Amino acid sequence: MKVRYFAWMKRTVGLPEEEVAPPADVTTVGDLIVWLRARSPGHAEALAEGAAFGAAVDQRTATFDVKLAGAREVAFFPPFTGG
Amino acid sequence: MTVCVQEADFDVGAELARLTDGNKRIGGLAVFVGLVREMHVREGYHRDKVDALTLEHYPGMTEKALEEIEAEANRRWPLEATLIVHRYGRMEAGERIVLVAVGSPHREAAFEACEFLVDWLKTKAPFWKLEETPAGEKWVGAHEGDDAAAARWEKKP
Repeated sequence: MKVRYFAWMKRTVGLPEEEVAPPADVTTVGDLIVWLRARSPGHAEALAEGAAFGAAVDQRTATFDVKLAGAREVAFFPPFTGG
Repeated sequence: MTVCVQEADFDVGAELARLTDGNKRIGGLAVFVGLVREMHVREGYHRDKVDALTLEHYPGMTEKALEEIEAEANRRWPLEATLIVHRYGRMEAGERIVLVAVGSPHREAAFEACEFLVDWLKTKAPFWKLEETPAGEKWVGAHEGDDAAAARWEKKP
């Protein structure tokens, strides 16, 4: 699946997006966050516990308990500040 | 119902004319235009001068989120026309960022739905502001007041 990062998270991770293949026991957004943290210090910092960020699965806002089954694109981003 | 996410500036008069053209059931048109403000109030009293900002967004999700918000406004109020134009990219102080326009037979629905759309797009559409200040670039943090403004519409009127 494709993982995308936005705003300051993109800079902290050091990538706008990446293609990943998590193991089968990664079933939720929360599982994916924990798994991604091990990829680099930037990932660990951006996705740290307590950091203020949200997620979307296939371009819909998702809480961390949402299942990844069949997801093609998961995004992580800070709180929205448009308007 | 129209949503437009674009880098270019928009002409408010032309957009409103196009929105209402040929629809004689509209009796009131409420309009909000958001601009890049030169001074940004941060943490109560500390102020930074903002020269310009860059608005990042999530192409694809942005359009879907705005369309859902617009559809929700149309479910809640009897509206004849709705328009959201939101820019992205770099904008200098004084430039227009967003246009929200709502046409209804009566003004109450138009005013309320316009305020609802602005409150919800600030907290539910994937945009992020990066400000340019003399001290360097700063990502804008979420504003608690915006969350409170959005939350008051959680219960249907």
